[in-house]
Amino acid sequence: MIKTVVLAAAEEEPNPLIPHAAEIILGLVVVAVLYYLISKIVVPNFEKAYAERTTAIEGGLKAAETKQAEADAKLADLEAQLADARHEAARIREEAREQGAAIVAEMREQAQSEASRIVEHGKAQIEAERQQAVTSLRAEVGTLATSLAGRIVGESLDDDQRSARVVERFLSELEGAG
Amino acid sequence: MSSLSVVVPTEEFNTPGPADFKLPGVFDIAGEAVTKPMLLVILSAVIAFGLFYAMSRRAAVVPGRLQFAGESVYDFVRNTIARDTIGSHDYAKFVPLLFTIFLFVLINNFFGIIPLIQFPTMSHIGYTTALAGITWVVYNAVGIAKHGFFGYLKHQTVPAGISGPILLALVPLEFFSNIIVRPFTLALRLFATMFAGHLLVILFSLGGEYLLLHYSPHPVGIGAGVISFVLAVGVSFLDMLIMFLQAYVFTLLSAMYISGAVSDEH
Repeated sequence: MIKTVVLAAAEEEPNPLIPHAAEIILGLVVVAVLYYLISKIVVPNFEKAYAERTTAIEGGLKAAETKQAEADAKLADLEAQLADARHEAARIREEAREQGAAIVAEMREQAQSEASRIVEHGKAQIEAERQQAVTSLRAEVGTLATSLAGRIVGESLDDDQRSARVVERFLSELEGAG
Repeated sequence: MSSLSVVVPTEEFNTPGPADFKLPGVFDIAGEAVTKPMLLVILSAVIAFGLFYAMSRRAAVVPGRLQFAGESVYDFVRNTIARDTIGSHDYAKFVPLLFTIFLFVLINNFFGIIPLIQFPTMSHIGYTTALAGITWVVYNAVGIAKHGFFGYLKHQTVPAGISGPILLALVPLEFFSNIIVRPFTLALRLFATMFAGHLLVILFSLGGEYLLLHYSPHPVGIGAGVISFVLAVGVSFLDMLIMFLQAYVFTLLSAMYISGAVSDEH
């Protein structure tokens, strides 16, 4: 009687520590299928996204580095150009200054020569006019003197040849005395 | 227990026990009863794959909401469990296995708290045995593949930096703990926590029902019954924490066993 009760109790209270073969097999099969699906589809999908993300970030960094390097190169280039331009400007200024000085000097020289030319010309003209005046004076003085002397002496000195000789002589004496 | 006793309320309280975990077959296939846990195990795999297929299907550089949620779980297993335990050199090829184990255990555990399902599959030791068996085979296999059969035995049983007669005591001990005990503790730990958690919830809810309806004097029964239901809710929340923790622990231990098997040093 007691034995049957115990047996009945044992039947009613199954031992939860004893695994069922069917459950083990089912568990293995289901996990195997799930593992297959996850390793073939889910994990590659995620890993692909991760890889793309890494590439995108690294690519972005590389692009930024390239841009930075380009900007640096451009800046250096521009600075060099600026320095060149400054140098060029200084050179041109120097040249202009030299040229200006040369032009001024040339102008001065030209003006000087022009001035001296004008002075020379004036001197020559004055000399010519004086010569002319001297010549005409001499003729005038001769005529005047002979007519004056003829009046005083009363002698006609109309003989031109003679009077001219007399006047010449007189003037020569005058010049010799002078 | 006759069918009569179910219909006619009795004053007797039947304490829930292991019998409550032995569910009748839903239907039969070739003479084998297909039980609720069997269906749940299959459902868990469908949910796990369906969910994460949907989350990873259009995995892009900039994640959408679904992908972000999926990545959070995947990252947890991949980085926190697999990479941190196994090391960045070897971890990648074990990620699918660990991820599978984690999802499988987690979903089956949470079946214990989901309304209408309310049965943690892992409270049947057969499923935890299967999982522990997989982990045992995998970590020993990768260890043997890396170190060779005897190399692996030496690797697992001879602690580094120890020599002399002490090894006579240590080697059997290490062999016992590293090769023999591990699958049993893995299987039992998960089974026992799920079994106990579910049993507690059943106990508090069935007990609460009995106290409310059948206990005399009635006012005492109502007071105690309400307390019992409050405790049932509290235990359910505790159980939810344990459901997650056990999934984490099972996966983490699997990763540690694999790590120990493929490591170069102890």
